[in-house]
Amino acid sequence: MEYFLELFFGGLTRGSIYALIALGYTMVYGIIQLINFAHGEIYMIGAFVALIVAGVCTIYGLSGISILILAAIIAVIYASAYGYTLEKVAYRPLRGAPRLSPLISAIGMSIFLQNYVLLAQTPDFLPFPRLIPDFAFMEPVAHIIGSPELVILVTTMVTMILLTLLIKKTKVGKAMRATQQDMDMARLVGVNVDRIISLTFIIGSALAAIGGVLVASYIGQVNFYIGFLAGVKAFTAAVLGGIGSIPGAVLGGLVLGWAESFAAGYISSDYEDVFTFGLLVLILTLRPAGILGKARKQKV
Amino acid sequence: MADKKHKLLEVKGLTMDFGGLRAVDSVSLEVHEGEIAALIGPNGAGKTTFFNCVTGIYNPTKGDILLHPKGLETRRLNGLKPNKVTEMGLARTFQNIRLFPDMTVLENVMIGRHCRTKAGIFRAILRDKGVREEEQLIVESSYQLLEKVGLEDFANEFSKNLPYGAQRRLEIARAMATDPFLLLLDEPAAGMNPQETADLDQLIRKISEEEKIAILLIEHDMKLVMHISNPIYVMEYGKKIAEGSPQEIKDNPKVVEAYLGEETDA
Repeated sequence: MEYFLELFFGGLTRGSIYALIALGYTMVYGIIQLINFAHGEIYMIGAFVALIVAGVCTIYGLSGISILILAAIIAVIYASAYGYTLEKVAYRPLRGAPRLSPLISAIGMSIFLQNYVLLAQTPDFLPFPRLIPDFAFMEPVAHIIGSPELVILVTTMVTMILLTLLIKKTKVGKAMRATQQDMDMARLVGVNVDRIISLTFIIGSALAAIGGVLVASYIGQVNFYIGFLAGVKAFTAAVLGGIGSIPGAVLGGLVLGWAESFAAGYISSDYEDVFTFGLLVLILTLRPAGILGKARKQKV
Repeated sequence: MADKKHKLLEVKGLTMDFGGLRAVDSVSLEVHEGEIAALIGPNGAGKTTFFNCVTGIYNPTKGDILLHPKGLETRRLNGLKPNKVTEMGLARTFQNIRLFPDMTVLENVMIGRHCRTKAGIFRAILRDKGVREEEQLIVESSYQLLEKVGLEDFANEFSKNLPYGAQRRLEIARAMATDPFLLLLDEPAAGMNPQETADLDQLIRKISEEEKIAILLIEHDMKLVMHISNPIYVMEYGKKIAEGSPQEIKDNPKVVEAYLGEETDA
């Protein structure tokens, strides 16, 4: 039973990170039907910025959780700026072009950003300081769930609750939902759709950066390529849950995290990806639009 | 007749080409304060294209679209984005219903109201006291609008679950929420039964008289058009072929030939 719980919380932690990144994919897709392949790179840039900030802070003698918070804030600001610029430079000029064009542009941006970091930083893995201390109150349950997992879970949960409130309660959220449901009509009732699209990229990038910082400090190393795998997994989570659906992204992330964790724990960690992607194929066969996705009606 | 009234919308020689097809061919039209004007014509005459040009969905090939808000300077609408046109005080509804299906009736109206609020993105996210008060005012005024169109009981229903006639009325309420002085209605009576059409007749009059909103509507229901609108403009094959009072339109042989046929002889 303890082993089960350990795997359960391990899966939950992984899954909530996938969910955090998947939200960025799904929100962008929901509004402009674009799969933003460069989203994983934003996550990677968030982690790198955090690494630099952590390095500087260590010189100034700060420690532990305060560095983590500072690094996360700066990473979020940086990544948001990248996300905003990405949309402005690579996607906005292609608005109204055939759907394949922005998709190719997205792949291009992904490769560009990877190589940019490769050249500007280093091709090697860099160690990331362990910023999350072991809390004393976690001692009794440490063999099931550790302090880093707890921090990740709490952070992702708070972030997702804030996002939900933003979308459900504020007028900006209402404008985002309206833009998602009918972009032309949203314009006609006075919504500045371009601003809403920019904002969507900013929010998505901020979430990815939070994910990047958390994972980097959990795993303990970063390199220019980490965004690719995280991106693929999170994209899988978004598709699994139903791309375009926000609760779907969260559910998809959690399902994926658990599938990986249990497959690795009970069967073999060599096969975890086989099981997760097998699950993806199975669910998409039964429900092509994803678990919570709705078949989208084509607007004429 | 309408000489002394303030001119709100003035369209001069509007032309819209799609490649080699001229969908609208130098059409001129005016809407004055207090009017319910109608634009009629057979299917494919270019009426909706005309609306799309005026509301910023298309950028017309030629011609001028001028808006003369009362007490403000004249604005040329050509090439403005739809959200700007809406901010200028011109709202519209669609021929096929275009509500936000997964939002509640109240939210559908509130979203229209938001373009009249000042709080920017950051304040909206932080929700300070001013924003919350503003939000409360929006909820109240949106309720009032729903009462005007008789939908207050459905406020928390998803708009996709409303009956057809109610969805049409909600579209009108949402357009009114943007606080326009001119409302463009694209076939508001399409698909309605006689009772619903009669209610609509009343509603349009009420909007015109009580809210002081001028109206330009596209409609195929001749009974409704002849009953509420004056003047009437007639289009055929992209050109304006007639304009005048309902009586003049009925008596115009060109119109009868092009459009009304034998049906309205009675």
